[in-house]
Amino acid sequence: MFLYLSTRLLRAVATMLLTVTIVFVFIRLSGDPAAALAPPDVGQEVIDQYREKLGLDQPLWKQYVTYVGTLARGQFGYSIHTGRPALELFLDKLPATLMLGGTALLIALGVGIPLGVVAALNRNSPIDRGVMAFSVFAFAMPNFLFGLGVILIGALAFQVFYGSGSDLFSLGALLAPAATLGLASMGAFARFARSSVLETINKPFMIAAEARGIPRVRRLARHVAPNAAIPLVTLLGLSLGTLIAGSVVTEQVFAWPGVGQLLVRSVITRDIAVVQFLVLAVAGTMVLANLLVDLLYLVIDPRIRVR
Amino acid sequence: MTGRISGIFGDMPWAVRIALFYVLMFVLFALFGDVLTEHTFREASLLKRLKPPLFLGGEDSFLLGTDEKGRDLLARLVVGSRITLIIAIVGTFIGAIVGSLLGLLAAARRGATETVIMAAVDVQASLPIIIVALFVLAVFDNSFTLFLLLIGLTGWEVYARLTRGAALSAQEHGYAIAIRALGASSTRIYLRHILPNVLNVVLVQLTINLPLTVLLETALSFLGLGVQPPLTSLGQIMSEGRDRLLTAWWLTMMPGTIIFFLALSISLAGDWLRDRLDPTLRRIRA
Repeated sequence: MFLYLSTRLLRAVATMLLTVTIVFVFIRLSGDPAAALAPPDVGQEVIDQYREKLGLDQPLWKQYVTYVGTLARGQFGYSIHTGRPALELFLDKLPATLMLGGTALLIALGVGIPLGVVAALNRNSPIDRGVMAFSVFAFAMPNFLFGLGVILIGALAFQVFYGSGSDLFSLGALLAPAATLGLASMGAFARFARSSVLETINKPFMIAAEARGIPRVRRLARHVAPNAAIPLVTLLGLSLGTLIAGSVVTEQVFAWPGVGQLLVRSVITRDIAVVQFLVLAVAGTMVLANLLVDLLYLVIDPRIRVR
Repeated sequence: MTGRISGIFGDMPWAVRIALFYVLMFVLFALFGDVLTEHTFREASLLKRLKPPLFLGGEDSFLLGTDEKGRDLLARLVVGSRITLIIAIVGTFIGAIVGSLLGLLAAARRGATETVIMAAVDVQASLPIIIVALFVLAVFDNSFTLFLLLIGLTGWEVYARLTRGAALSAQEHGYAIAIRALGASSTRIYLRHILPNVLNVVLVQLTINLPLTVLLETALSFLGLGVQPPLTSLGQIMSEGRDRLLTAWWLTMMPGTIIFFLALSISLAGDWLRDRLDPTLRRIRA
């Protein structure tokens, strides 16, 4: 168990360090920051002054060490447009994104898993086929098309206007983008829940349980659920990526003032410090989430604890 | 020959047949759709702005209506489909080739090479591809080549993981050991013997990845960060039509519907192909 934990932790740190390195290399490859920061039409001397001031005359490895050092101290640079720290901009937008993403995850779990379980318990029935068709639909549906469709139908049929100007914290204004964002994960959850339940109910121990006369509900709750939950935890970690990626587009469609919108705007205005921080924040979140998933395995899968 | 073909198509479900038919129609539309309209995709006429499609009472010469610059939507959809198709195919192959070769290299070399490649795989797996793409587009100037390469990155880490795993297990098979005993170089063993054996895995992944590249390209173009005007793609048409959603819905919904059915059809055909190619599933069915 100690080995399991320490290798996971080491891997997380290595992944994070490598991400920082790649970000550093890419930013350096893109051009001379001194020439970009100095006023236009100045001589080489002025650019050299800037270079000295920014530490760009140092050897590359020294710059790299300095870079990692400043990141480690929590200094992530300032937005070139607003002059505010990148961290502050991010924290401003985080609550809106968390609320959207959290609601989307709840919808995806709350609808997707029951659908998958019902499909598995009624294998090859029309219900099963319907759920599978839904999961393919959810996978292939671009979230920007679904979101625009929701806005269009809402406006034409119900005279409800989502997006710009609407009251953000009313239930309807939250549900429309959250359902849009959660759709893809919902399909994946349904599909996964179905296959992991199917895999479990055909195991010999299930036949044994039935032979012992254990009632069906108890069999499902005590025998199927814990076993089927293990692959679902993996999917939970993976769906975080889907949610983060989806929120970039969904926030744009619904004019939701969250981190995704901040990222797109910073990319368009080339606000490198902000983009760099957001990329590292996403990587950090994903690495941390995967670490949590690994810990969760310890709780739900006793076999790992023995290792 | 006909026997073999009917053998392939004989047990093909109707949904898959319709899906393949749609993909074929899409490809034909993208390649030869120009014959359906007398306009080109860049020809603008402000007098003909925002005409509705013919079935909503538009003009005869604009079958699917016009956009806010008075350009023929049908002509734009043809060119947009063509660009989306090219990016999806080229992008998918870049990812498959780069990822598979890296996976094979990791399995063949082991040691430090493997550690570095697999660490890069871990990094890619912890960052959604759209975030990577946004970062690169913020740092470098957007160009069609760069965008194509970025789309090509989609899923490379999955190919690398899959081929590495398959190659590692193939190495242990009798045939690989036998060929090595006959004195074949390891490059030869990898490219001539192990690669064909892991090709099935790659092929299946290809069908999963193709719709993902379509969705990534259209999403980035929709955000205004992908294909740049004057060139166009299905996502770029949607991005331009977005501000007119409520007054000219066809500008967004038509390209959107094409994208949706394309991704859906490829997924359906891919699922079917996977069931046919995956030997473990066949065993269960037999």
